[in-house]
Amino acid sequence: MGRTLAEKVWDDHVVRRAEGEPDLLFIDLHLLHEVTSPQAFDGLRLAGRPVRRTDLTIATEDHNTPTLDIDKPIADPVSRVQLETLRRNAAEFGVRIHSLGDVEQGVVHVVGPQLGLTQPGMTVVCGDSHTSTHGAFGALAFGIGTSQVEHVLATQTLPLAPFRTMAITVEGDLPDGVTAKDLILAVIAKIGTGGGQGYVLEYRGSAIRSLSMEARMTVCNMSIEAGARAGMIAPDETTFAYLKGRPHAPQGEDWDAAVEYWRTLGTDEDAVFDHEILIDASELTPFVTWGTNPGQGAPLGSTVPNPEDFADPQERTAAENALAYMGLEAGTPLREVAVDAVFVGSCTNGRIEDLRAAAAILEGRRVADGVRMLVVPGSVRVALQAVEEGLDKVFTAAGAEWRHAGCSMCLGMNPDQLAPGERCASTSNRNFEGRQGKGGRTHLVSPQVAAATAVLGRLAAPADLVSTNVAVEA
Amino acid sequence: MEKFTTHTGRAVPLRRSNVDTDQIIPAHWLKKVTRSGFEDGLFEAWRKDESFVLNRPERQGATVLVAGPEFGTGSSREHAVWALQNYGFHAVVSSRFADIFRGNSLKNGLLTVVLPQETVERLWVLTESDPSAEITVDLENREVRAEGITAAFELDDNVRWRLLNGLDDISITLQNEADIAAYEATRPAFKPRTLPVS
Repeated sequence: MGRTLAEKVWDDHVVRRAEGEPDLLFIDLHLLHEVTSPQAFDGLRLAGRPVRRTDLTIATEDHNTPTLDIDKPIADPVSRVQLETLRRNAAEFGVRIHSLGDVEQGVVHVVGPQLGLTQPGMTVVCGDSHTSTHGAFGALAFGIGTSQVEHVLATQTLPLAPFRTMAITVEGDLPDGVTAKDLILAVIAKIGTGGGQGYVLEYRGSAIRSLSMEARMTVCNMSIEAGARAGMIAPDETTFAYLKGRPHAPQGEDWDAAVEYWRTLGTDEDAVFDHEILIDASELTPFVTWGTNPGQGAPLGSTVPNPEDFADPQERTAAENALAYMGLEAGTPLREVAVDAVFVGSCTNGRIEDLRAAAAILEGRRVADGVRMLVVPGSVRVALQAVEEGLDKVFTAAGAEWRHAGCSMCLGMNPDQLAPGERCASTSNRNFEGRQGKGGRTHLVSPQVAAATAVLGRLAAPADLVSTNVAVEA
Repeated sequence: MEKFTTHTGRAVPLRRSNVDTDQIIPAHWLKKVTRSGFEDGLFEAWRKDESFVLNRPERQGATVLVAGPEFGTGSSREHAVWALQNYGFHAVVSSRFADIFRGNSLKNGLLTVVLPQETVERLWVLTESDPSAEITVDLENREVRAEGITAAFELDDNVRWRLLNGLDDISITLQNEADIAAYEATRPAFKPRTLPVS
């Protein structure tokens, strides 16, 4: 019987397989950041162990980093200590690091791919659940806890429990204005926050094939919000074209050998998935969340659901709690929900294509009065590219704030946070209670919906700007 | 890691599904660089509400958390496990756990027990009506026991063995260092390295 993409990558990394033990897998790339690594380095120090493969390890600063005044000392002393701890650990153990101010600094899941370090057929781990992002290249990539970070640092391997496979096949063309973000939000709403549990998801079908690498990263990034172990997309010409010429991509004969191998990775025709889901791309519309988990989403054109309509008692209670927290009434059209803030950025939607999409909508328009809009590039490289294209000027002319790279308001570990009760349309990945600041209310959206929402001051799609004639007077 | 064999304690019934890691330990607590001192951050936002179950006097000293499905969904932060342990929990019972949280818990000796929602419901009813009711989580026999309730649970043999003996994963893996070296010798030349390129 044939094998799936995930099974092939797994098999190619088995270091040890023994009866009654989990497979021991080799890890090709270990990404580190400041939040989940300090206790792991402490563990190494206590046991007197070195980092086994510093040449497969790289660190960047992202979660705590400020997005203003980055040339000044970090105001929050606790954040400062955490960043300094990473710098000290990297120096002591010989790990490459990109600190605040470095041209390669940025969100860990933006930095890896842009350096060309993320490649098809690799195993990639990081102490961060959104490591699933790297699956867009046909890598088996997943988030790990700090104990596992220490394990990888010490051994470059991980003992891993077996997984099941799920195909999510999306056929057809995405309608205009419908993006990878809408697609993945619709998938999560369909299968639920636990629907992917124990599975590696493989996104397939013509709609997936036609996505850019950056859009594929958006899709794979949110696999974890469906509870999945990982999300993957088979490598193809789009993947190879993205990688070619990047700093760490193979060169010359190595490139040819790599591409030959990468072409063998796709799921065999006679392979069988443990579970399959089919989605018609043409039926998708701009999608937003109304609740406090990423599975609580609905088409923008619909209304806030009534908890009574949920048959499952757990889901009903969850919906009641969510509406109370979100300050929403059942039956309200989502388009009538007014926002206080808009956030464009994060490892989900902080890449150059995301900024271009938001800027294209804001060009010649203004952010609505009373709405604060933050645009935070995913990395310094993304920021430089945006400046070269003049996108920063579009954002500032529209009244948005153009910031330095980092995780920022996705999780509010730095000063970029919502005030209690504030409502935000956010291109990030989690709408959990308090995620963007204590008492803050988050609606997950695409960059296009974020920009249109900023202009109208209420949840909106770009098409609404034309139909309501708000813009283009300048 | 501390050994886990069997544990008996009073319970905290938490009737919520999708308890995410941002609720278990909010992000601003993640700036700490230690594994201890997270107890005050556990469910920090919900604890501001006096009526929240964890705040009730009859729940003080409870050591078994009984929660709704999809417990631990969200981020990979192991701090969520440390916070539960620092607070005093030894075991969490739920019908479904998020994968990364579950892996983290079992590496730290916090036993996460999967039981059918129907059994969770019975444990809720029992411990809500009698806060002094004790729950025993018996790893040796893979069984949860409480008044009128006996429920078997599954746990991988290898994971159970490591928990019962309090074994450190890294030292087990390093016993197979030769296998790692042998694998490394066969890796293709085109695989990337993180060393700076000029």
